[in-house]
Amino acid sequence: MSADSLTMLRRNFKHTARNPVTVFNAVLMPIVMMLMFVYILGNAFSVGVKYIDYATPGMILLAITYGLSATATEVNSDMTTGLINRLRVMDVSRGAVLTGHVVVTMLRTLLSIAAIIGVAFGLGFRPAAGFGDWAAVIGILVAACFATSWLTVALGLAAKTVQSAGLATVPLIMLPFFSSAIVPADKMGQGVRQFAEYQPFTPVIESIRGLLDGAPSAGYTAAALGWCAGIAIVGYVWAVATFRKRV
Amino acid sequence: MSNSAIAASGLRKAYGDKVVLDGIDLDVPVGTVFSLLGPNGAGKTTTVNVLTTLLKADAGTAFVAGHDVATETKAVRAAIGVTGQFAAVDELLSGQENLQLVADLKHVGPRMSKRIITDLLERFDLTESAQKLVSTYSGGMRRKLDLAMTLVGNPQIIFLDEPTTGLDPRSRRTMWDIVRGLVADGTTIFLTTQYLDEADQLANRIAVLDQGRLVAQGTPEELKRQVPGSHVRLRFASVHELDAAARVFPDATRDDENLALRVPGDGGVKSLQALLGRLNEYSIDAEELSVHTPDLDDVFLALTGHANTEVSA
Repeated sequence: MSADSLTMLRRNFKHTARNPVTVFNAVLMPIVMMLMFVYILGNAFSVGVKYIDYATPGMILLAITYGLSATATEVNSDMTTGLINRLRVMDVSRGAVLTGHVVVTMLRTLLSIAAIIGVAFGLGFRPAAGFGDWAAVIGILVAACFATSWLTVALGLAAKTVQSAGLATVPLIMLPFFSSAIVPADKMGQGVRQFAEYQPFTPVIESIRGLLDGAPSAGYTAAALGWCAGIAIVGYVWAVATFRKRV
Repeated sequence: MSNSAIAASGLRKAYGDKVVLDGIDLDVPVGTVFSLLGPNGAGKTTTVNVLTTLLKADAGTAFVAGHDVATETKAVRAAIGVTGQFAAVDELLSGQENLQLVADLKHVGPRMSKRIITDLLERFDLTESAQKLVSTYSGGMRRKLDLAMTLVGNPQIIFLDEPTTGLDPRSRRTMWDIVRGLVADGTTIFLTTQYLDEADQLANRIAVLDQGRLVAQGTPEELKRQVPGSHVRLRFASVHELDAAARVFPDATRDDENLALRVPGDGGVKSLQALLGRLNEYSIDAEELSVHTPDLDDVFLALTGHANTEVSA
């Protein structure tokens, strides 16, 4: 990474640290959701296994998506406040500006994933996964973080205002709810079920669920990585194209 | 080209069928203040964006610090500093961190940057608030910080796009003093403003931009002289004297109440000499002589055919 990227990264870190709402959304919200689902609703769902074991992979996905709106807002305000013109006149590269955001988003997300897994253990989560399974889980999660971060950066760049940038990530945040995160897809109604089965987050969740269960599914894992690669490419290309057009 | 900090010719820019710049020619000598004056929407910011490599012109050429803005963007960017219309500061960083960010991105070494930052904070009277987040700064403080950030790395040419718009009169004066200080150090300044008195106060040369065209260029005095309405006012001790003078200058207007005579003229030294010569020739004694030139508001009205849409302070 170039010196400029590191400088921008440091700046974005300070932003995150000084914006408690960001940290709340990214780290605490998923935990609140998890407590709500596990304690209040969990017993009402029959998913075949202990609910905390079923729900944790889905909650990890929530931890990924809940932090995204902050990134979109940050990226957009860089574009709309005039700061970007200063950076351009100083010849700061596109890579440095965008990479800084992606890396900070990923690190923040990995932090909230660690937090939610910690809480899950506290709530009685007992995965059967071995070392290799965990390594694979981490690999998939990093890929998912990378993909959603680039997509979010693109969404933030494409939005006209800071407010609409925040809103643009709402579909991403809602997506886990329409997947097998909370309840299995086959328990859902017509239409929603098909959507849940074929949307990108379901294979991500199912592959993690399988790995944590000690029963990995090669199909889901391949599908998950495929989706991540696809989303990352779309996000990256879109982000770079929008950046070029905007500035 | 060696004496021009900025030289542009025939700059054009259009968005769709809306022409924003319609053939702009500029020449700004090194070490001077050039002011581009015009109402909102005249094309000032577009001109700045083209000259600072942020925007490509559709046609025409521009050289900044001797480099072509279209093909040598890196060299141009290395020579310039830009303070845009909206303070490009980072709200979630402190004043000092903002300056540090710029210093890091300009690859100023850590020891050097520490000194530069301390100096700039001092110079812009921001030392006390250096550790506070910029989100708590007033508008005037933001502008000052913005300009301080522009100065990191000592750019030879500084573009200031409406640096005082929205500032209170005191902050404006502070800003003017800062600009004067920069010029004294040999920096070239390209300043856009919609305030006539600002251009009058700061600029060596002014160009009036209206609807994408330069309608006039010159020193503030030259511009004022282009406008009809300049006159020399002569005051006399007696009606007798006034009568005599009125016969000598038949196209002058009398002001009997004040025993004064308004002689139209361009206010230039030559016409003044001629006037004095004639007074001498006819042995008329004037008590008092004053040259009245229209202010830039009059100039703007006369040159563009419409009033400056913004209230000048």
